[in-house]
Amino acid sequence: MCSLEKRGNLWILTLNGDDENRLNPTLIDSLLSTLTNLSSQSTPGSVLITTAKGKFFSNGFDLQWARAADSKSAAMDRLQFMVDSLKPVAAAFLSLPMPTIAAVNGHASAAGFMLAIFHDYVLMRSDRGVLYMPEVNLGLPLPDYFAAVMREKIKSPVVLRDVLLGGVKIKGNEAVKIGIVDSAHDSVESTVEAAVRLGEQLARKKWMGEVYAEIRKSLYPEACDVLGLTLKPIISKI
Amino acid sequence: MCTLEKRGSLFILTLTSHDDEQHRLNPTLLSSILTAISKVNSQATVGSALVTTAHGRFFCNGFDFRYAQAAGSQSEARIRLRRMSDSLRPVIAALFSLPMPTVAAVSGHAAAAGLILAMAHDYVLMRSDRGVLYMPEVDLGITVPDYFAAVVTAKIGPAMALRDVLLRGMKVRAKEAVEMGIVNTAHDSEDGTVEAAMRMGEELARKKWVGDVYGEIRKRLYPQVCGVLCLTLQPIVSKI
Repeated sequence: MCSLEKRGNLWILTLNGDDENRLNPTLIDSLLSTLTNLSSQSTPGSVLITTAKGKFFSNGFDLQWARAADSKSAAMDRLQFMVDSLKPVAAAFLSLPMPTIAAVNGHASAAGFMLAIFHDYVLMRSDRGVLYMPEVNLGLPLPDYFAAVMREKIKSPVVLRDVLLGGVKIKGNEAVKIGIVDSAHDSVESTVEAAVRLGEQLARKKWMGEVYAEIRKSLYPEACDVLGLTLKPIISKI
Repeated sequence: MCTLEKRGSLFILTLTSHDDEQHRLNPTLLSSILTAISKVNSQATVGSALVTTAHGRFFCNGFDFRYAQAAGSQSEARIRLRRMSDSLRPVIAALFSLPMPTVAAVSGHAAAAGLILAMAHDYVLMRSDRGVLYMPEVDLGITVPDYFAAVVTAKIGPAMALRDVLLRGMKVRAKEAVEMGIVNTAHDSEDGTVEAAMRMGEELARKKWVGDVYGEIRKRLYPQVCGVLCLTLQPIVSKI
């Protein structure tokens, strides 16, 4: 479902491309255990890069799996189960003791869009792929932690409205212009290369992961609140 | 130390360089700034404004780590650092509740607590020929106090700018700071910055705003800062 590879200081997490990288219980479990494992192996200079194979970064929760349930209420339960299961993944990203970069190789939709913006830096290809929150079009609810992360990562009220209430599909260059994506690149290869270059730059700083995570959390108080993350002061050097 | 001067409607608070050109915030400087701002508060009239600036290449280089380290042991040093952080808190609270517009003329480097001090003003003007804004905590391996986090998240609009300053330790020069929305305007010299701040202070003073209302409206814009600093809201008395 997803694989983790170590290249020097960089950890490369790759979604393997099956089924549009839809976030079903198996992939979500695999992400959570990978992040938990990674968190315990962090050293100063570690950096995470997340990317995916195929034309989807991730197309969101596995609605097909939800709809395969016997009844409408059982389908809703399955959806809620995925919402609840991704929550600790969001918390793991916000508290991961290292810088994180998403190299968005293709469509990132709904929970897949969230997965991208759980990262500190988002790089995206410009030749294809869109960021898209379809909830308004599909008539689906927006989980509390989706809303909290969106509000703190996309601060412009106009952009926030367009993304969540307008259901706009945003390509790489446009996403840079409106401040959701750091940089857009003309192919999937160049997106990943740029992510690796950025990762190496950040790795050279040899930041203390634990402090890095605490500072990150302090920037996103609402998300921390919803995700049940608490803050802890650390003074390493004096 | 700092000096307070009244020039027409303007109060001018200046960090002076007699003992430390970096204007590092130690207990002495902190208490002298707090006294000055309290004095400004008590002398406020309709149409007052505050301009804060500093002499030399530094606006303010943060807490005085030399003072903390002179404590001898690491645990004593931490206590001193903690005490400085606790002493800056009422200064920031006083600036957020000051009943008049406030302008920081950032005349040089503003780092860590020094940048928080600058950002606690309503307007931040900065020289572009030298000096950077810098939050070094991520580089130093120190977390940021709760009220620092509240101030930066309230004052730095774009999420990427916030990340670059706090999580990347980016050193931001004036023109870049204007683009990122941290600084209002950049000016090509120290004198140019201070003059622009004075002009701006005078312009704001001419509005003859009711200070108490001004302070209350400000507090309502920054609920998280007020929460962390325990600033309570008072009803706004209108002119009806």
